[in-house]
Amino acid sequence: MRLIVILLGLLATLFSAALPATADEAELRAAIAKFSEAKKFSQTEAVIEEIAALGDPAAAPALNALSEGVLMVRESDGAVFIIRGTKDPLELLDPVTLEAVGSAPEDELSKVKVKNSIRRQIADVVSGLTLRASDPKVRLQAAATIFSRPDPEIIETLDAVIADEADPRVKQAFIEARAAAVLDSDLSSEEKVEAVAVLRARGGRDVLPILTSVSTSEDEAVAGAALNAISAVEENLMFWAAGQNIWYGISLGSVLLLAAIGLAITFGVMGVINMAHGEMVMLGAYTTFVVQEFIRNSAPGLFDYSLAIALPLAFLVSGSVGLVLERGIIRFLYGRPLETLLATWGVSLVLQQAVRTVFGPTNREVGNPSWMSGSFEVGELLITTNRLWIVVFSLFVFAVLLLVLKRTRFGLQMRAVTQNRPMASSMGIATPWVDAFTFALGSGIAGIAGVALSQIDNVSPNLGQGYIIDSFMVVVFGGVGNLWGTLVGAMTLGVANKFLEPYAGAVLAKIFILVLIILFIQKRPRGLFALKGRSVEA
Amino acid sequence: MRFIRKTLTGVLASAAIAASALVPAASAQEDTIKVGILHSLSGTMAISETTLKDVMEMLIDEQNAKGGLLGKKLEAVVVDPASDWPLFAEKARELITGNGVAAVFGCWTSVSRKSVLPVFEELNSILFYPVQYEGEESQRNVFYTGAAPNQQAIPAVDYLMEEESVERWVLAGTDYVYPRTTNKILEAYLKDKGVAEEDIMINYTPFGHSDWQTIVADIKAFGSAGKKTAVVSTINGDANVPFYKELGNQGIEASDIPVVAFSVGEEELAGLDTAPLVGHLAAWNYFQSVDTPENEAFIAAWKERMGEERVTNDPMEAHYIGFNMWVKAVEAAGTTDADAVIDALPGIETPNLTGGISTMLPNHHITKPVLIGEIQADGQFEVVSETEDLVPGDAWSDFLPESKPLKSDWVELKCGNYNTETEKCLGAM
Repeated sequence: MRLIVILLGLLATLFSAALPATADEAELRAAIAKFSEAKKFSQTEAVIEEIAALGDPAAAPALNALSEGVLMVRESDGAVFIIRGTKDPLELLDPVTLEAVGSAPEDELSKVKVKNSIRRQIADVVSGLTLRASDPKVRLQAAATIFSRPDPEIIETLDAVIADEADPRVKQAFIEARAAAVLDSDLSSEEKVEAVAVLRARGGRDVLPILTSVSTSEDEAVAGAALNAISAVEENLMFWAAGQNIWYGISLGSVLLLAAIGLAITFGVMGVINMAHGEMVMLGAYTTFVVQEFIRNSAPGLFDYSLAIALPLAFLVSGSVGLVLERGIIRFLYGRPLETLLATWGVSLVLQQAVRTVFGPTNREVGNPSWMSGSFEVGELLITTNRLWIVVFSLFVFAVLLLVLKRTRFGLQMRAVTQNRPMASSMGIATPWVDAFTFALGSGIAGIAGVALSQIDNVSPNLGQGYIIDSFMVVVFGGVGNLWGTLVGAMTLGVANKFLEPYAGAVLAKIFILVLIILFIQKRPRGLFALKGRSVEA
Repeated sequence: MRFIRKTLTGVLASAAIAASALVPAASAQEDTIKVGILHSLSGTMAISETTLKDVMEMLIDEQNAKGGLLGKKLEAVVVDPASDWPLFAEKARELITGNGVAAVFGCWTSVSRKSVLPVFEELNSILFYPVQYEGEESQRNVFYTGAAPNQQAIPAVDYLMEEESVERWVLAGTDYVYPRTTNKILEAYLKDKGVAEEDIMINYTPFGHSDWQTIVADIKAFGSAGKKTAVVSTINGDANVPFYKELGNQGIEASDIPVVAFSVGEEELAGLDTAPLVGHLAAWNYFQSVDTPENEAFIAAWKERMGEERVTNDPMEAHYIGFNMWVKAVEAAGTTDADAVIDALPGIETPNLTGGISTMLPNHHITKPVLIGEIQADGQFEVVSETEDLVPGDAWSDFLPESKPLKSDWVELKCGNYNTETEKCLGAM
């Protein structure tokens, strides 16, 4: 950021050398200083216009700072500064040179107020000032701003900029921005048809409003080209919309899988109706919060690793609560499903209220590490990074669990106990402890799920309640006692839900899914992947 | 860990206070005026309502420090209806008949209010309801200190139309009575203003909805039709956090598609990284950031009592106003008798926290300023627009044909739903 600013400054001096009438630094300073007197939004807007009229790229950092709400006025003398950092006292930077010029306590500074319309105004002004910025990213940003709010007056400037632009990507962006501006202007019909072609080639949702606005044009050639382009772009978008639904479905499915996979063990394998399963998820999420809080206070540098640290801890916390729950309550209730249901439901209420008492009833903030924030585009498909990680993570957890069950000694004992308890017992397996650790494993997995869910849902005592019904639905649908069934069940429900949602709305989609599952269970009471053999009767 | 210890000591301390409060209460039962607090301390609504219980206790303690009321001390009676709507009615009955409270401050969701209405009517007691709601109601025993739709939703839409020149509208809400009624009013209002049917998209989601990918993508698509688009959100409670997270992740910025929310305040933002949300809007009658001496004192007292990191919000101010009005009315009536206080309340004036004087109207709603605030990076709101005068609350919306002729006036007409066309009081609904 700093480098850009210095280069911008250099560019400004270049400009002032080349063009005799450009503002010098003193003039810019005087204009920026007027922000201290702007008490109303209209006055702030006037000052921005004044700065824009100077045409000095060195104004960009101050304007951007204003837009971000870090341009402040020192109350004692009315001097304007850019603020860096959030620690009191705040560090002050000169608004033009961006040199550090000391610090001031927070309550001696007052912010120059902004609102959305001013932010848009600033974006427009800055894009005009940074068309020739040295950083290609800044130029791309400028092109994007012009594209979203095209202004016919800028076409000539853009022509010059396009001729000089070396970076092909930026050049293309400028050409597209120019096309958008051309369609808004009163240039010749040929120019406009050409511009429509440029936008058609670009595609995407953003070109539709521009094309729609010229499709009703009186010039038939332009209107015809625009209509053609619209249908071509829309056709392309339809294709991507299906892809998007599938992706959203997989993403929802992975969340369901995470929430249900622990239950697939406690309910699916052991047959315990554990109503407190959601609370195990919640405990995992709160563990993440405590870890992040600890890191924020003592080692802020480790923040990006907070989830990695929280994972084993969440497993341990939820796992041990599960262990205690099994040893303390559930083991006395084996074979009495109704009582288990009621007892675990009670436990879930106790856990919720305990968390509410310790952490308070309000949501707790769990931050996204930087590598989990933001999104990227594949064609017209927008993929958010945190969802992508959750899909990867849920499949990873699934694979590990499968390995544990199929390839470890504990997994073998576990399967032996659930399939034929007396036989396993007579082979020397301590069945009560296998039960306890199986339950702890299922609970621990739920805790891990909580770490992941804290990234997309809010961390409150009610977190678990939202997932308990979905989890049972997935396990029952997938087939009790079968991990693969849980995977397929979760993904099917996720994708089906997301394909129904655009047509039926979120509320109806949920109801439809529920009805479908009920019908399905009538037909196949044991779910998608039913266990066969003697264990079924047990 | 430090804060856990702090919370634990806080819990112990409050337990100790509660215990110590019980002892004198038993001996001095005759000398106190009891005030009922009916807010959920457990269950889904605890997230919002616990704060209101705390603020009521603070207000009662402050009043006692000033010498109490009518020469007696006030005593808070707290019950927990556990976010369970029928339990609200039971607990209300327990407060009024069992504990003999003079007035009750409570409820959050409309369904909980509807559930206690018959109890207050039957036992003739007083309820102060502090939350913005859908209107279309006026009951003799209830005083509505939160915003009616004309004190929140309509001015917010006006702001977007005038300042942001919005032409296309997404009305997104949670699927229950408040969003549905509010959206019905807003839809009628927008059509009244000449907005075409195809420029309004209405979307409902279940309670606690957490997967917003499709809906946010839909909003994005709806917003790319070449007209300036805004989202009016009546999404309730917990569902807001994943909604705003998804907005941030999909890169919808406030300068492109602003979201104005009616249920998101300082408390809700406390659980959220607000940096990607800067510029999104909320409409309320109070913001913590409002700079008045009254508000400064209120915030200082609140933080002193509850901790530095705690925030204040709109329903808390509503209780502040409601409680002070009740105190004044009891002083004016010279008794806590429900009929006398109900008659004394209309016309009572008391300062609100935003620098104005709120008045209790004959329709049992109050006058309030309407503020539009933009979310800031520190989780606070900055006021970008404020009505010049206080707006009187309107119980029956003028934009719904069925409620347009209705009028509420408990002073002259002694009726909550007087039909001005047929000149008849419809009576109990």
